[in-house]
Amino acid sequence: MSDATPSTTEPPVPEPPYGPAGSAPLLQMRGIVKRFPGVVALGGVDLVVRAAEVHCLLGQNGAGKSTLIKVLSGSYQPDEGEITWEGRPVSFPTPIAAIRIGISTIYQELDLVPDLSVTENIFLGHELSTAGFTQRRRAATRARELLARMGHTAINVHRSVGSLSPASQQIVSMARALSHDTRLLVLDEPSAVLDAGEVDNLFSVVRQLVSQGVAVVYISHRLEEIRQIGDRITVLKDGTSVATDLPVSETPTRKLIRLMTGRSIEYVFPERRSEPAPGAEPVLEVTDLEVRGLFAPVSLSVRPGEVVGLAGLVGAGRSEVVETLYGARRATGGTVRVGGRTMPNGSVAARVEAGVGLCPEERKSQGLLLDQSVASNITLSTLRRFSRAGFLDHAGERAAARDLTTSLDVRPTGVDRAVRTLSGGNQQKVLLARWLLRDCRVLLLDEPTRGVDIGARTEIYTLVRRLADSGVAVVVVSSEVEEVLGLADRVLVMREGVVVHESPAAHLDEAQVLDLVMEGAPS
Amino acid sequence: MSEPELTAVVGRATASPGAREDTGPSPSGAGSPGGQGPRSRAGGAAQVLRTAAGRNLGLVVALVVLCVVGGVTGGDRFADVANVLTILRLAAVIGVVSVGLTFVITGGGIDLSVGAIVALASIWCTTLATQTMANSSTWLVMVFAALAVGAGCGLVNGVLVAYGKVVPFIATLAMLAGARGLAEIISNRRTQIVNVPSFVAVLDADVLGVPVLVIIFAVVAVIGWVVLNRTTFGRRTVAVGGNPEAARLAGIRVQRHTMYLYVLLGLCCGVAALMLVARTTTGSSTHGTLYELDAIAAVVIGGTLLSGGRGTIVGTVIGVLIFTTLSNVFTLNNLSVSAQSVVKGLIIVAAVLLQQRLATRTRT
Repeated sequence: MSDATPSTTEPPVPEPPYGPAGSAPLLQMRGIVKRFPGVVALGGVDLVVRAAEVHCLLGQNGAGKSTLIKVLSGSYQPDEGEITWEGRPVSFPTPIAAIRIGISTIYQELDLVPDLSVTENIFLGHELSTAGFTQRRRAATRARELLARMGHTAINVHRSVGSLSPASQQIVSMARALSHDTRLLVLDEPSAVLDAGEVDNLFSVVRQLVSQGVAVVYISHRLEEIRQIGDRITVLKDGTSVATDLPVSETPTRKLIRLMTGRSIEYVFPERRSEPAPGAEPVLEVTDLEVRGLFAPVSLSVRPGEVVGLAGLVGAGRSEVVETLYGARRATGGTVRVGGRTMPNGSVAARVEAGVGLCPEERKSQGLLLDQSVASNITLSTLRRFSRAGFLDHAGERAAARDLTTSLDVRPTGVDRAVRTLSGGNQQKVLLARWLLRDCRVLLLDEPTRGVDIGARTEIYTLVRRLADSGVAVVVVSSEVEEVLGLADRVLVMREGVVVHESPAAHLDEAQVLDLVMEGAPS
Repeated sequence: MSEPELTAVVGRATASPGAREDTGPSPSGAGSPGGQGPRSRAGGAAQVLRTAAGRNLGLVVALVVLCVVGGVTGGDRFADVANVLTILRLAAVIGVVSVGLTFVITGGGIDLSVGAIVALASIWCTTLATQTMANSSTWLVMVFAALAVGAGCGLVNGVLVAYGKVVPFIATLAMLAGARGLAEIISNRRTQIVNVPSFVAVLDADVLGVPVLVIIFAVVAVIGWVVLNRTTFGRRTVAVGGNPEAARLAGIRVQRHTMYLYVLLGLCCGVAALMLVARTTTGSSTHGTLYELDAIAAVVIGGTLLSGGRGTIVGTVIGVLIFTTLSNVFTLNNLSVSAQSVVKGLIIVAAVLLQQRLATRTRT
């Protein structure tokens, strides 16, 4: 960030390392704030991108990456903050405005029309035409040129996009972006759908574009990729930029992980009051559970009153393990036993009947009926208890919900209120209340404090501990190392679909877990 | 979260759809003690239309307006007990179908085959074989035949949608073609006259001046309301339609429940077929033609979300009455059926536009 001479018009110097520190910022975002009802998605984010550099945006799920690029692409309007483009203040009231100025975004879910040809997709919305008639030949030629610019002459421009591999589809997406005179290309987790060879290919395309002066914002949580492709890094955590403009070459991987997952605030974890009896029969026994292609066989047993933590980065397979043992995914091998009974593969209802509950990672889309009342969300898994011959006892339901929301301090109060109107922390409490009401024996918590404010976090920690003390077996999945260490009695560390370590939490410290989480990544 | 924001959120809370629906008659303040009270009153009249009761009130107003128009243009011919009973008798058949369809739509589905199922059931319960059996034993044989056919068709729909993962639109479109075709084959496209006097005597009678058909409709509507609002089945329907993934992860057997919804609707179609057979004293493969459109229209203008997750039986019943009254008013004024269709179309568009505007305003 040394000088800011507006010199972006001069031809970029294609010399490695790409994006020399001397070039002026192409894009500057300062103090970007975006609020949604009940949650601050971005609480002051800075991002500086120079021409002809690969700028990596790093952060856990829910850190605010998606919101930030939606602001950048004109899909969201920021509530505060300023954006400058080559030193001039700009705003993007619509996605078109961002595209006009030269910012193209390629989202994870590619926005291609599968039944149209490569050419038609590239020029979708800005077809080359005279008097309304498409110029098919000229468009095809231009499409070939654009693909050639990325070194992909092999793609037949007349083929329908749906018949291409995901990697080629991505190239088509990028060609479409380039067809708009793009100067800043935002790639949202482009490697998520690609295999290793295709990733290399993607990287060479990115390098080619950068050598032509295009700036790339590269979003990923795969650190090894960032090592390979990135020039500079901005790290987001909990909606703020915790580090900006870190040079990739001088930043050790461990520092990055700490920035991504580390504590921004000291959380208070409740004391473990009672040690789970070592001799007790495990209530949850998982033997060689496996979903081929997602995670390797996992064995795991949890005794009543024990909290087991699953640590690992996003994409390590933790959520998949929990979902599979809950029956929400079908296992390709292995068994799950609850209280000694073998559970049928792929049946959530059987798990719930046996006393297992899950608070899923995506609270809103997987857990709650947002337009329904707090009371009916809480009683959703316990309806039978409130029914006489199928008839619901509304008063009983609401009384039970009122007791729980009072004891969990759900605010604002009122069990007839739609869950949509509650904040993240209170929605999570509603989900927990559902399983509390069920008196479940095994509670699975997937990222229980994501999007939850600090006060509610502490309350949730206390509640989890209280449940364990009352004999519930708890499995906690979390990306935050200190959360796993602070809550769990025993910790399993996962990396790339494999459990690489298991030991009592007391034998581990944060640094060791970080080493395990990223082992194998170049540092 | 800052204080002004909180106020905004709270202000919207009372306006949110769905939340009120289940609480039924309980006043809005009952479950929300203390602190929330003063703020929730702030929105006042603007919110009335967004609550379930308010939406139904809007429909009632529309119906009343329609009746006034009918009274002015049709005079005594409209405002006559006999005419009102005619309207109700006509509304009864489509009404029973619409109540069943409200469940399927609330549960996130759709059924285009209702009219065809009505036709097939009407044919099946009036075949020579069925009628002979009915005459030699009891008219209930016909009832059983119609209900069994209806439930069977519903079961096929349900299995295809829930377990076969066929899009409901397509699965029931296939049933629409198949069931009506089967009805034509069985009847050889001939209208089958009912020769079971006891059947007609019971179903086409009046009790204290009220036609049995209307009583059946009322009973089905009341049962429908109770089931949707007061039973676990109804709650699960709303959950399955509102967020199937959340429902599944909460332990609800979503597939099985979806299947039940189509069976329930099939049964309603069977009942409707019996009513139609009794009213016309015939079974015919052309019975129930375009019922799917009338029923979907009634359900949607009643306030049930086509995307699922919110349903109202009261709204559906008023929706049916609006459409039936409309055609009565048109008929009395010697206006064409085509003009009726145009007005129907306008009403549907207006109702849906209104709903969407209310929905977006509550959510942003």
